[in-house]
Amino acid sequence: MSLLSGDLPRSRILSLLLLAVLVGLAFAPFLFGGAQPINTAAKVCVFILLVASYDLLIGYSGIVSFAHTMFFGIGGYGVGLALYYGTATWPVALGGLAAALVTGVLLAFAIGLFSLRVRALFYAMITLAVASAFAVLASQLSAFTGGEDGRSFRVPDALRPGTKFLDAPLFGVDVNGRLLAYYIVFLTVLALFLLLLRIVNSPFGRVLQAIRENEFRAEALGYRVVRYRVAANCIAAALAVVAGGLNALWLRYTGPDTTLSFTIMMDILLMVVIGGMGTLYGSVLGATLFVVAQNYLQKLMGSAAQALEATPLLARLVDPDRWLLWLGVLFVLSVYFFPTGIVGRLRSGRQAR
Amino acid sequence: MTDATASPPTIPRRRLDAWPLVLVPALALVALPLVGSPTSWVTLTVAGLAMGMMIFVVASGLTLIFGLMDVLNFGHGAFIAVGAYVALSALGPLAPWLASGDPVQTVLALLTAAAVAMVVTGALGLVFERVIVRPVYGNHLKQILITMGGLIVAEQLIRVIWGADQKPMPLPAGLRGGIMLGDVAVEKFRLLAVGVGLAVFAAMTLVLNRTKLGLLIRAGVENGEMVEALGYRIRRLFVGVFVAGSALAGLGGTLWALYRETLTADIGGEVMVLVFIVIIIGGLGSVGGCFIGAILVALTANYVGYLAPKLALVSNIALMVAVLMWRPNGLWPVSKR
Amino acid sequence: MAGPLLSLAGVHTHIGRYHILQGVDLAVEDGGVTVLLGRNGAGKTTTLRTVMGLWKPSAGSVVFAGRPIGGAPTPDIARAGIAYVPESMGIFADLTVEENMVLAARDGPPDAGRLDWIFSVFPALRTFWHHRAGVLSGGQKQMLSIARAVIEPRRLILVDEPTKGIAPAIIESMIRAFLELKATGTTILLVEQNVRFAGAVGDRVAVMDDGRVVHTGSMRELVADAALQARLLGLSLEASH
Repeated sequence: MSLLSGDLPRSRILSLLLLAVLVGLAFAPFLFGGAQPINTAAKVCVFILLVASYDLLIGYSGIVSFAHTMFFGIGGYGVGLALYYGTATWPVALGGLAAALVTGVLLAFAIGLFSLRVRALFYAMITLAVASAFAVLASQLSAFTGGEDGRSFRVPDALRPGTKFLDAPLFGVDVNGRLLAYYIVFLTVLALFLLLLRIVNSPFGRVLQAIRENEFRAEALGYRVVRYRVAANCIAAALAVVAGGLNALWLRYTGPDTTLSFTIMMDILLMVVIGGMGTLYGSVLGATLFVVAQNYLQKLMGSAAQALEATPLLARLVDPDRWLLWLGVLFVLSVYFFPTGIVGRLRSGRQAR
Repeated sequence: MTDATASPPTIPRRRLDAWPLVLVPALALVALPLVGSPTSWVTLTVAGLAMGMMIFVVASGLTLIFGLMDVLNFGHGAFIAVGAYVALSALGPLAPWLASGDPVQTVLALLTAAAVAMVVTGALGLVFERVIVRPVYGNHLKQILITMGGLIVAEQLIRVIWGADQKPMPLPAGLRGGIMLGDVAVEKFRLLAVGVGLAVFAAMTLVLNRTKLGLLIRAGVENGEMVEALGYRIRRLFVGVFVAGSALAGLGGTLWALYRETLTADIGGEVMVLVFIVIIIGGLGSVGGCFIGAILVALTANYVGYLAPKLALVSNIALMVAVLMWRPNGLWPVSKR
Repeated sequence: MAGPLLSLAGVHTHIGRYHILQGVDLAVEDGGVTVLLGRNGAGKTTTLRTVMGLWKPSAGSVVFAGRPIGGAPTPDIARAGIAYVPESMGIFADLTVEENMVLAARDGPPDAGRLDWIFSVFPALRTFWHHRAGVLSGGQKQMLSIARAVIEPRRLILVDEPTKGIAPAIIESMIRAFLELKATGTTILLVEQNVRFAGAVGDRVAVMDDGRVVHTGSMRELVADAALQARLLGLSLEASH
């Protein structure tokens, strides 16, 4: 219980779902064979961290930022470019991550100090502008960043598929560098998620929520609202940087489409809203559902589009490329009708009974 | 001495806050030696003014909508894109007019297409306000999320209706090329854009300062509650401004698509980044500030784009930071109750 | 006309979590000035704002000229014939004095005769006619706010603490304006702390405490009865003599 910082799921179904996700991710390589499911599992892990850190902003502090992918990208490029230009060793990878952390936190500090004193709307607009400028810059400095193509790089020896730790497969799974890489991602995310849980349930987290509820009252009680918000902003940015680093390490690639694109920002928003803002558990469910659905829903839409070939407009509506349309509709509907997301629903269902 | 009858009152001087106005020529002059060649400088300046006018057309509606109801529509970009696509479709049947190469017929065809675009985006604005925005008044967090969601849905629907591929939107033959002013060539389309932008600014200034409707809008931006207490329905006013702002975004989208000569569904997002910078610089809710801000942003983008192409957008962020350091609420902040 | 011009019965108003009006009963007779007295926080401003529809009552009835207006939209209430001069004055600082007046005159351009009368009471408004209202002094802004309320005939004017922070010379012209308005048959509901002003223009008083009206009577009676003052208002009236 102390591991969860006293913040329990408070719903039986929610507990079961979370447990299922935890077990599924912890034993993913053994439960699901093949490369595709493992890639999905790693992506789920990365997004859980990314979305949970975003929830610290939007859910717990009431700040809407459109720059979270920028920090994700800083992490990705930090690790990626370090390994691309340096040797494929651990110190280089960690050095890249450290540099990215410093850059990300400084940037978050500057943006926060600059615009969080004004108002939520300002912050949303400014982060949107800064993030797009950053994305444009990253793709234009192509000599350095690889531009739109991004950079593929070598990872440290221990993480390569060719590195075998055991001669014989364990439960039918090769114990190789990829397996180690997966567990590095999984365990880092698990540890940081528990850390986040601790943060939001600490006095610091409670002040953030008090500020979200009533800024003026919190200010009147003597809390320096701007300081708390800037601090939350920096923590969220640092965690997003780490998520970006893990993602790059897993993919052995970094590029604008996997880190900086606005589509990913929208994905994060959808995950946090669908899962439930203001509950970190919501990020787990939101990220898991979304990533899994993304893979399978698109296939489903593909077959539906084929079936509807006779009516072009309908076929185009269910074209796999248009899946963002349906997510957008789902997003708008959930903000209206389920503002507390899945977790909020599950918890209120329990209370009603 | 407080009784106004007892002594001739000292007339309070109306502080004409001209500093923001000075910024525009100052920026242009600073750029001159950096750019070097005067002909390039003139070309860049005209291009900057044209771009600035297009941004202003889009941003003016957004800033008024915000000022009046404290609503920031992140989905404003959808109207830009829809406007551009509708104009493209409307230009299809007008092809014979365009093909003639006659400048008058060309401009007429473009005006028709722009008018169609404005009607459609205006109508769309009415729906958007009713369905998307109205349920979330007073809740900024939901407002940002919902209008952003509306933008995604609209962009995807554009892809469903018009297809996902990039579409060419060639500048009509009658507007190609330039007019020689001395030894400097000024593109005709840029002049048209400047003309349209100035016309919108003039019309807006006129309406806001010389009509009762405009007075109500300005008063509503300052203190909506008092406007209601005087017996006017601010809701209707707001819906009207929202529709007008959406129509202007449609007009701006048409111009922007012609300026880029290609069209994709995410054209709105690209412009919106500049628009947000502009309304922050100008002061949220301020039409005058929006006008100056748009010119500043566009000139900066063009000069820097020429000197160091990769830094164009970053330079706008720097401009925004600089302005906000000087005036934290923008160039001409609107006085709020 | 039978019955009071404005009557509130059992009106409750909540602002957020706070229960401000807790059953206000108040009748404002047609004609004359009714002064609303009471400590800070007694609910005087909230009463005016509830009448104006700026806060919606959660219970009770508000009837104006025989029509229920409780919970109606503010513009409808204004058009029923009620004008409002808020404590913050609510002038539009970016608009000129003239533009402020043009907006206040709903039914067309401001009437020349009425404007002349306003200028005769508040000459500063003529002087600054083409200036931004934001540059006016506090007293001049207050004049403008009152002038806006009276530029067209209204049956009832709600005025919230017009003398707060205003120089004595301007208060004199306000007294004149209110007395002349009264003579035209306009009804005024006035929230006021300034005793000199309240005593000079008031006909009737209603005293509020803790979100209720605890006393109603004539102004003269209250001014004459020191014991009543002490009971209702502490020593506030006596202190001024």
